[in-house]
Amino acid sequence: MSGTELTLTEEIFARVRLKWLILRTAIEERLVYRGDFAFSTLVRFLPIVTQIFLWSAIFQHDEARRLRGYNFGEMVSYYLLVMLARAFSSMPGLSTGIAGSIADGSVRKYLIQPVDMLDHLFWHRVAHKLVYYAVAVGPFTLLFWLCRDYFPGWPEWPVTAAFVCSLLMSFAIGFLIEAWIGLVAFWFLEVSSLIFIYMMLSYFLSGHMIPLELLSSWIPFVDYLPFRYLAYTPAAIMLGKVAIADLPRELLIQLTWIVGLWMLNRWTFSRGVRRYSSYGG
Amino acid sequence: MAAIEVQDLCRQYRVYRKQEGVWASVRGLFRREYETVSAVRHVSFRIDAGEMVAFLGPNGAGKTTTLKLLSGLVVPTSGTATVLGHVPWEREDAYRRRFSLVTGQKEQLWWDLPAQESFRLHREIYRIPAEEYQRRLDELTELLDVRRLMMRPVRELSLGERMRMELIAALLHRPEVLFLDEPTIGLDVVSQRRVQEFLRYYQREQKITVILTSHYMKDVEALCERAIVINKGIVIHDGPLAAIIDRFSRHKIIELQFSGNPVPTDLSRYGEILETRFPRVRLQVEKQRVSECLASILAAHSVDDISVLERPLEDVIAELFSLSGDSESGPAGAVS
Repeated sequence: MSGTELTLTEEIFARVRLKWLILRTAIEERLVYRGDFAFSTLVRFLPIVTQIFLWSAIFQHDEARRLRGYNFGEMVSYYLLVMLARAFSSMPGLSTGIAGSIADGSVRKYLIQPVDMLDHLFWHRVAHKLVYYAVAVGPFTLLFWLCRDYFPGWPEWPVTAAFVCSLLMSFAIGFLIEAWIGLVAFWFLEVSSLIFIYMMLSYFLSGHMIPLELLSSWIPFVDYLPFRYLAYTPAAIMLGKVAIADLPRELLIQLTWIVGLWMLNRWTFSRGVRRYSSYGG
Repeated sequence: MAAIEVQDLCRQYRVYRKQEGVWASVRGLFRREYETVSAVRHVSFRIDAGEMVAFLGPNGAGKTTTLKLLSGLVVPTSGTATVLGHVPWEREDAYRRRFSLVTGQKEQLWWDLPAQESFRLHREIYRIPAEEYQRRLDELTELLDVRRLMMRPVRELSLGERMRMELIAALLHRPEVLFLDEPTIGLDVVSQRRVQEFLRYYQREQKITVILTSHYMKDVEALCERAIVINKGIVIHDGPLAAIIDRFSRHKIIELQFSGNPVPTDLSRYGEILETRFPRVRLQVEKQRVSECLASILAAHSVDDISVLERPLEDVIAELFSLSGDSESGPAGAVS
């Protein structure tokens, strides 16, 4: 079918409809394995509990003690918020999925159909996350309610708004970093060691393990990497560690990383496809 | 009017040449040797709109690489090609809406969902108007007899059923060019025939341009009148399918029915005895010796019935590929 020329408005509507349908179909797909999905979602809460035990052991004898500006309560609330941010920015299986599809040739469906692979994968991932949040909202609410005394209370609305923006942008940054690692498979078919290095680095440098204030004296360049936006920044905003006057700048830097990573993905994809030999028969 | 025009198309791959053994693997960490493999070498052909052409060749001959080049999956090392006026490897959306590639790997459908979900997504991807989509879907599901399977998850379908669903996905947007790469591979005889009949009917009805690669000569004979034979990346025949036998078969088959005793014992001097079920005997004889052999046999024996037959296409192709594999001394796959 050669297709008729669409007006700009029709073109926009057609694109939005496609994104919506990818989202809908991916949600349906995600709900097929409901047992496994619900179990894996709930199991992800276990590290939160162990982390709270760990920090309570560290602060056991002196609850008023402060570690680079964090007392025990702030440490727990920081960790809960970091877990929430990671629920947005972690992309399990994205890099390996892309790399696998390049290695076994199944990536070809994105190349022969008039679709944008990165766009398709993005909406696919949004669907996964939405289903995840639908299941995880209960346990998250319960956990935050149980730990409510550790939080300083609701921040001012600009802080809450900045927190939500930062969370959404952490999703985009997480997606773009992991998609890029997957695209590297156009050059090196096996990227598992790269994924391992990324997981390790992001665990340290995103603030997932400990607040970045505790790392910055050892790793002074930590503020100049995109990893901090995967976990630390949203949590720090919500806890008031970023002054309200600095919020726009912080969000703008995060947005700049998104644009930069998006351009890097586009460039890598277009170069990679030209290099692609269509493995897998 | 030409739908596909290919001129001097070449595609080379750089392949890591690994020596045997652990020490060689360790050495390979520091220094690697590569060789350049030519998958397609100076391939040229032209296919008119509405033609259905078989693309034949042994494994590794360059058939699939040519299809990948024509569908834009691979960029050529040199040469040109246009399909429906588009350069395939520029991968314009306008081109991607006009062709389909179906491989035996069957990968267009979402595995865990019923095929109708994938079809609905195809409707949006290819921007098929709702009414036309429904009409096409009804027509294709009817022709391929899969209506009752539309609600079943793809992973629960048999191989043959999945292949039929793949064909629907490939044809929903009414492509003008269809590349079929081993579409019946792994299917049982019934499914093979069903797919075959569908393709024949559909191609005649819609007048679409089709390139078919298949190792099943029955598919090829049933569907195509023209064949392009490729071996080691080079086109060695482009013409009517029937001409392959004329051109490449060096033998004919003589079927004899003898009348009564004595049983002939000297038949092997005429050619290879393929089958003996006395009084019937099948002999394979060199083409240029057929008349001479017939005259000798008739002079020496009492014969009730004689038929001279061409060898089956499958045998001719197999012989052709094995001969060219053994004897071709031109530039081999590896050129450096």
